[in-house]
Parts: sequence; structure tokens; C-alpha cells
Amino acid sequence: MTTTDQSVVASTTGSPVPFVKSVVELDRVVIRLAGDSGDGMQLTGNRFTSETASFGNDLSTLPNFPAEIRAPTGTLPGVSSFQLHFADHDIMTPGDAPDVLVAMNPAALKANLSDLPGGGLLIVDADEFTPRNLAKVGYATNPLEDDSLQGWQLVNVPLTTLTLEALADSGLGKKEAERSKNMFTLGLLSWMYHRPTEGTVRFLERQFRRKPQIAAANIAAFRAGYNYGETTEAFAVSYEIKPAPMAPGRYRNISGNQALALGIVAAGQRSGLPVFLGAYPITPASDILHELSRHKSFGVRTFQAEDEIAGIASAIGASFGGALGVTTTSGPGVSLKSEALGLAVMTELPLVVVDVQRGGPSTGLPTKTEQSDLLQAMFGRNGEAPLPVVAPRSPADCFDAALEAARIALTYRTPVMLLSDGYLANGAEPWQIPDTEELPDLRVEFASEPNATTADGTPEFQPYLRDPETLARPWAIPGTSGMQHRIGGLEKADKTGNISYDPANHDLMTRLRQAKVDGIAASIGPTDVDDPDGDASVAVIGWGSTYGPIGAACRRIRRSGRSVAQIHLRHLNPFPADLGEVLRRYDRVICPEMNLGQLSMLLRAKYLVDVQSHTQVRGLPFRAAELAAVVQDVIDSTSGAPLAADPNGGAE
Amino acid sequence: MTTVELGMPAEGPIADAIARSLETQGEKRAELKAKDLKTDQEVRWCPGCGDYVILNAVQSFLPSLGIAREDMVIVSGIGCSSRFPYYMNTYGMHSIHGRAPAIATGLAASRPDLSVWVVTGDGDALSIGGNHLIHTLRRNVNLKILLFNNRIYGLTKGQYSPTSEVGKVTKSTPMGSLDHPFNPVSLALGADATFVGRAMDSDRKGLTEVLRQAAEHQGTALVEIYQNCNIFNDGAFDLLKDPTTGVQWSIPLVHGKPLVFGPDGASCVVRDEFGGLRIAETDQVDADDIVVHDATREDPSYAFALSRLSSQDLRYTPMGVFRSVPKPTYDKMMADQVEEARTSSPADLGALLAGGDTWTVPA
Ligand SMILES: Cc1ncc(C[n+]2csc(CCOP(=O)(O)OP(=O)(O)O)c2C)c(N)n1
Ligand code: SF4
Ligand SMILES: [Mg+2]
Repeated sequence: MTTTDQSVVASTTGSPVPFVKSVVELDRVVIRLAGDSGDGMQLTGNRFTSETASFGNDLSTLPNFPAEIRAPTGTLPGVSSFQLHFADHDIMTPGDAPDVLVAMNPAALKANLSDLPGGGLLIVDADEFTPRNLAKVGYATNPLEDDSLQGWQLVNVPLTTLTLEALADSGLGKKEAERSKNMFTLGLLSWMYHRPTEGTVRFLERQFRRKPQIAAANIAAFRAGYNYGETTEAFAVSYEIKPAPMAPGRYRNISGNQALALGIVAAGQRSGLPVFLGAYPITPASDILHELSRHKSFGVRTFQAEDEIAGIASAIGASFGGALGVTTTSGPGVSLKSEALGLAVMTELPLVVVDVQRGGPSTGLPTKTEQSDLLQAMFGRNGEAPLPVVAPRSPADCFDAALEAARIALTYRTPVMLLSDGYLANGAEPWQIPDTEELPDLRVEFASEPNATTADGTPEFQPYLRDPETLARPWAIPGTSGMQHRIGGLEKADKTGNISYDPANHDLMTRLRQAKVDGIAASIGPTDVDDPDGDASVAVIGWGSTYGPIGAACRRIRRSGRSVAQIHLRHLNPFPADLGEVLRRYDRVICPEMNLGQLSMLLRAKYLVDVQSHTQVRGLPFRAAELAAVVQDVIDSTSGAPLAADPNGGAE
Repeated sequence: MTTVELGMPAEGPIADAIARSLETQGEKRAELKAKDLKTDQEVRWCPGCGDYVILNAVQSFLPSLGIAREDMVIVSGIGCSSRFPYYMNTYGMHSIHGRAPAIATGLAASRPDLSVWVVTGDGDALSIGGNHLIHTLRRNVNLKILLFNNRIYGLTKGQYSPTSEVGKVTKSTPMGSLDHPFNPVSLALGADATFVGRAMDSDRKGLTEVLRQAAEHQGTALVEIYQNCNIFNDGAFDLLKDPTTGVQWSIPLVHGKPLVFGPDGASCVVRDEFGGLRIAETDQVDADDIVVHDATREDPSYAFALSRLSSQDLRYTPMGVFRSVPKPTYDKMMADQVEEARTSSPADLGALLAGGDTWTVPA
């Protein structure tokens, strides 16, 4: 195992077991559960995560599943996996490679084995290695029986048989009983890593409230797995990973989509406005629609529209009426929404547009992650149609990013693009639950009286008379007396908002809309630079979900005695006001992205800084070790004095 | 006079802003004159365009609803007809091509205190916006859709539209159009619209009557208004407008009255052997066999059969209200769900954020 301070701390568990087992203390572990889509690996992973979270480890997860709901059983395309990294210290990524791989069938083994470093622990369900299943994935001989797995610590467990034995008296048929083998596996892992079990028992009772027989069977399988670990000779060692030191407070485990949805509910509460979500289902954004549809008691209205266009259009309509309009989608949906986004830019109404990016172009890789919609968010509309762009950096950060997007939308009366991605959406981490009173105050004042006078002195309302500081236009909602006005997509005359085809006016309005968005920089604070040594000459700049891998890479670099600065952008439009100056401080700037260099193109264009782009579009997050190697090469070629390699290897 | 009941605005900043505006502006004024609905914007339709008469009819009619003008919103798409909101002293949004029903849905579903109207054209509603139209109709959101059908694309200077007759020669179809047209009324009924009517731009009385019934209807109302585009499709409805041929070819729909029409009531509508409807000569059939118009039939197939009587060249065109049936509205049901959720679990943000399994790290 890749740990630094393994130490045997105890030699017995104290219970009357037939032989003595030892307990090894680790500082971190990466486990990957892999099986068929029908094996319930995501559920198992989520449960193990919850147990780990409530135990107090820091953690980060990477679910990885196929786009097909049920690809043919036992085939490579049908493999679904869940990776969990947990530690006794603060970590930033789901781990580059697993230390432990659990493979529920030959397909899962074949698809994942190459990621398991030599010597890693490999647990397989031996029952599934039948000639038929082996043939499905092209194994000529059974790898459990030939010597092809010699390089790993292989543990054969007849998971299916053991589960069926445990459920012999459950009254369930074989097929049904077999389904609980994921819970047996979870029980075994819970024993191996000393996880608390009450949460899972409670979860199963809740989940199968209406099917007590199934609940009982799952709980029995879970317990049987745990007891099997305790008694079997196959596992002589169990592992202890101490809780991570965390700031005092109350915590929960949260995924990015969940955090984003809660951020929107919070924005509604903190602004006092009703929330209206217009959305059309699309992976990986649908969970936000699902989550928000459960919070009607907060005045949240969710509308499953007939398409993406109706989703945004209905949200614009609701915003016109004084709601916080929100629409959630992924890249293909943003394409459909482009024209309506232009309307929101022109009508200057608040709107939060969430793009949970996935692999593209077209339908692309629906369940995989990518950051390739940045330029679409920036420029994907006809005309000069600037809009602010905000991105969260981690699953829990989606909460704060949603509030920030709402703040900008409401303050500046503009559509705001919130760029999450598939990795953030489905990944999870512990979240310190904020004090609601400390969340930003988002209250708005609707216009309720005339703001100008006509030539003959009569008071009138001018819908495009701007706030001198923010350049926001007044938000007057239908129902307010004396404020009737018409807005739309045709060019507006400055101040009055009447239709205008005047050349000078169009030039002015185009520049005003741009100036309004640029002006947001005044409200966002300086660039976030992390350079603990204070003497870095190389900076790594990123945005969105690459925060974790870049951060972990920077830690490795620093442990090797080198200095490096990490710059991470929450705001991609406008950039922080000092960004150009900050970038020019460094000899070299590296920009890793999960696209072909979209942020680096923007930075180069705007600041004339020779940003070096490092890109990858594999549908998966960067590996910290790979990034560290890239950054280290740049540092060494800059300083000319290569230092020793990272002494701590893979630790974060 | 008040025939239309509006709901209440949501408590909070929306209701507060409305209350503030009333402090400075005085009471809501529901007694309006047509001129109160006019704006200072110069109307820019071609002289003689049917849109003018519709605008006048609407401005004369709306005051009868007893709704203050600040409580009315007109949302339109793109097209000549969609310029309508600029000429109405209400709230308005001239949006993008085809999307007005979706925008209006978001507004109506979140603001029960407003009277929301959509103005759209045959291209806007049936071509680019066809999807939104049918889904809005099936949901039965409380909004009124006025579809100005001139059977042509006016604003883009005269291409054929989804309601143009087959063989129409236009700039984009020099040898005649090939596609079969939609009958908007049939389409709406196929989407289970709860209210469907049809009127003629120049028939102030008939148009006002259909508008009145549409306004009183709770839910989505589709009103097809035949509108003459004197520039690109002049005379498209002359067959029905001409005093002699009009009587011959239009079938006035009056709820509870037998469907008899034509000079001296010479023609009538009877059931055919397949359960549909057909035209007959009144003196050739038993008086009892003549269909008595019933707009309130739950089953839309009767209204659909009525809509199928007319041909592409407008012979046998029923005019009036085809269907008007009560059905719960989407916005009301949505509000009820919010209310129900509120009563069963009052909003507590702190509790929501701390939902699920939590743990505490001590200081
Ligand atoms: C996305 C988009 N595509 C095309 C157009 C061009 N366009 C404007 S109006 C129109 C057709 C309007 O026809 P109709 O709805 O019948 O309205 P009318 O002008 O006849 O009242 C078209 C094609 C547009 N404005 N936007
Ligand atoms: S083009 Fe036709 S529809 Fe458009 S304004 Fe002129 S007459 Fe009216
Ligand atoms: Mg038209």
C-alpha cells in the first residue's frame, strides 16, 4: 500500500475470533468498487462514503458509470465503478489510482485492473468467474487460476455463494437474494476499514420501508459480510484510518448537484424571492431538477418544460414577474438556449443558467466530465452578448458558487452562467454546514415609482435608466402601478427602452452592456493566489473542478522543496481586476484544463501573457501525479537546477 | 363588470413593491377606456393591415374585464403581429421567434395575480414555436393566446407559412408550395386545448364575443384570428368577408343553437355515418338531425369534427367558439402543491442544509 507510516498498532480486536488478526494504521486509502451496472456499485459506494464521512475522515469520490442504463450484463461497456479516497488529513482528489480494487465480475476486473498498481489489494467475486462470463470479455483462461494476477494481492471471495448462504432463511428466491451481494461486500469492507455500521442499517430500513423483507435481507447480507471479515482467514489484517482534523462545526457529506440545488434554495431564501426553475432533463444535470422539485415548501416552483428552450424561456418569463429564474442543463442544452440567452442579455433580467458540463461535442460522453463549454458560455450567442461566468471548484463549493451566481444576477440584472461539470456534479465530499444567517444578503428592491419626468414635467418610468454604480437597470415587475413598460429583443433606446435603430444608440448600448458586465469585477475581490513559500516563479492557473488535482499536484511539488503558486479562478467573466498584473509576476504560467486550451486562449488574448496550456480530454479528472510531473518539468527548466524527486511519492 | 377573477401576488418583495406603488400612484384603476391602453409609440404596420383592426378591437374590449392595466401582460414572439405589445399600455414583452407561450407559461405559473396574453402569428405559433404551443395547450396554463393567422410570413416579406394553402406561389415557392397546411383549430383540439375559438379581424362584434369568452375561461384559450395581410396575401379571407359568399361559406357557432347557415339557412350540419359531421341541405334532412352546437362537450372529437368541415380554400369555415370546457389549470395546481408542501413542512433553511447524516467536529 502506498502509505508512509504504516505501523502495526494492535494485534487483536478483542473479540473471540478463532485466530489473531492485526490492525494496521494507514493515513489514507483509495478504494475502487467495480461491477456490472446492475450490481449496485454506485449505491454501495455512496453508502461506504456516508459511513466514512460520519466517521470523520476527509474524503473525495469519483463515480464513473456508463451512459446506458443497463448495458448487456457482464460486458465491458456495462461496467460501473465508484472510487473513494479517504484519509486522516485534508485531501483534494479522489486519488490517481486505487490501492484496493473490488471486482464483482470478470468484466469489472478487465476494465479496471490496469489502474491498480502492482502489489495492490484485489478482491474478486470468484463465483462470477464462470466460463460464460469469462468468454463475454475475452478471457481465454480464468485469471484467478492462471498466474496472470501474481503481481497483486489477490483475495478470492465467493461473494455470491456467501450471500446466498446468509439469506438461506430469508424466504427470497435465488435471483432476489443474489442482489444483496453488494451489501455483503459493503459489510466486508466496513469491517476491513472499521467503518460505523448503524448509518447503513438505518438507510436500508428507510430505503425499503415498504418492502420489509428486502430491507431485512439487505441488512442480513450486510451483517454477514461484516462477520465474514471478522472470522475468515482470508483477511488477516484490518485497517484504521483516523479521523481527519477539521475545523470545528457540523458537517455532512454532499455531492455537487445537491450542493448546487441547496445553493439555489438558499438564494431564494436570502433574496426573499420565489425561485422558478425551468428545466428539461439531461445528464448530468437532472439531479438538480430532482432535488429542487422536493423543496416546494421554500416557494420553489419547478417546471419540467417541453424542451431546453422552453426551460429558459419560462425562467425568463418568471424573472420578468419578479422571481429568481433558473434553468439547469448540460452543454447540448446550452446550445438550444443560446437565442433565449441573448434575449435575457437584451432585456437585462436576472437569470441563473447552470451548465453541468459533460464530454462533447454533440451528445459526446454524457456521463463523463469535461470543461469544454467555457468558450460557449463566453461567446456562444449572436451579437455582442456578454454575460458573467462563474465556476465552482469542488462539490461542496457548488453551494457558494450558486449563491454567487444569484448575487451577480440579482445585483446586475443579467443572466449568469454557472459552469459546473460531471465530476463535481456526482462527486462528493464533507461540507461544513454554514450558518444561514451568515449567508450573503441578496435582498433586492423592485422599482415602484417613476424615475424620470417627460419634457412636459409628467413623471414617467424609464426601464433602462441605469444605476450609476452597477449600471443595472431598474427591475419593475408587472402589477406595480404606473410602471407599465415593454421590453424585448429589439435594440433599446438608452434610458427609455423604446425601440431604437439609431446607429449611435446601438453603439452606446452595446458598450453599456459590456461595461456593466466588466464592472462586476469591482465586486469580486482580488485574484486568489496560493503561494505559501511566497517565492514561486511558476504559477499554475485553473478554473472549476481542476482545483483538486492542481492543488494536490502543487502540494507534491512543494514537498519536494520547490515553490509553486496556485491561482484558481471562480470568476471567468469578468476576471478579477488584478489578474493580468498577477500573471505577469511569474516567469511561467501553466494552465491545465479538461479541454483543448479554452481558458489559456482567453488569458493570452486578454493579457498577452505566454500561458502554457496543458490539456486532457479523457472524460476523467486529471491525475495529480501526472500534473505534478508536468509542473515540475516546467519549474526545473526555468530554474535550471533540478531537485530531488518527491520523497513522499503518492501522498497528498 | 368584473368578469375575470385574478389571484393574489405572493407575499414578500413582490407584494411589497405593488403596495408601495399604490401608495404613490393611488388605488388600482380598473375602469379603463380604450385610450388608456394606447401608448405613445407610433404604430408601424402597413396601412390597411388587419392588425390595426384587431388592435382597436382588443383595446376596446379589454376595459370590459375590469382589470387594471398594470395587471395585464402581453407577451409576443416575432413577426408583424408580434409588435402588438408596443402599442398596449400594459406590461409587455416582445420576445423571440416562437417562444412566447413558454415565456408566458413561466410568468403565469408564478404570478396568479396577472392577466397574461400571448400574441403570435401563424409562423411564430405553428412553425418555429409549434412545440411550445401544443404543450402549453395541453397543460392548460391560465393564459390567452391570440393567433393572428394571415396565412403568410409577413415580416420576412411574404414566404408561405404553415397555414398557406397547397400550391401557394410565393418568393420561396415560385412553382407553388408543396406542404399540406395545418388547421390551427384542429391542431389545438388535437392537443386537448380546453378553449378554442376562431374570429375574423374585420368582424368587431364576433371577435369581441370570442375574446370575452376566452378571457372568462380559466386555462389556456386559443383564439385564431383571420387577419388580412394586404401586402403579401391580400384578400386571403375575402370568401368569408364578402357579404354574399361569406354567408354561404361561414358556419356561425352559437352554443345551444342548431348549426344552420347559408342564405336563408339553406345549409346545415348533421352527423355522418362514421360519427363525424357533414354538410347537408336543410330541407333535405329532419330538423331533429341537425346538430345543436355544444361547446362544452368534454370529448374534443365533436369540436374536432367541426374544425374538419372546412377546406383549405375556406369553404364551410366554422366561426366562433368550438370548445370551452372547465379543467384545473396548471398554475393553480402548481400553487396548490406549493401550499400543500408549506403546510406539511414549513420552510426551515437551516434544517434543510443540515439534512441527512451529519456529524460534529468539536472545538
Ligand atoms: C430565430 C429566427 N428565425 C427567423 C426569424 C425571421 N422571422 C421573423 S418573423 C418570421 C415569420 C413571421 O411569420 P408570422 O409568425 O406568420 O408573423 P407575421 O409577420 O405574418 O405576422 C420569420 C421567419 C427570426 N426573427 N428569428
Ligand atoms: S406585411 Fe402584412 S402583416 Fe405585416 S404589417 Fe404589412 S400588411 Fe400587416
Ligand atoms: Mg403570418
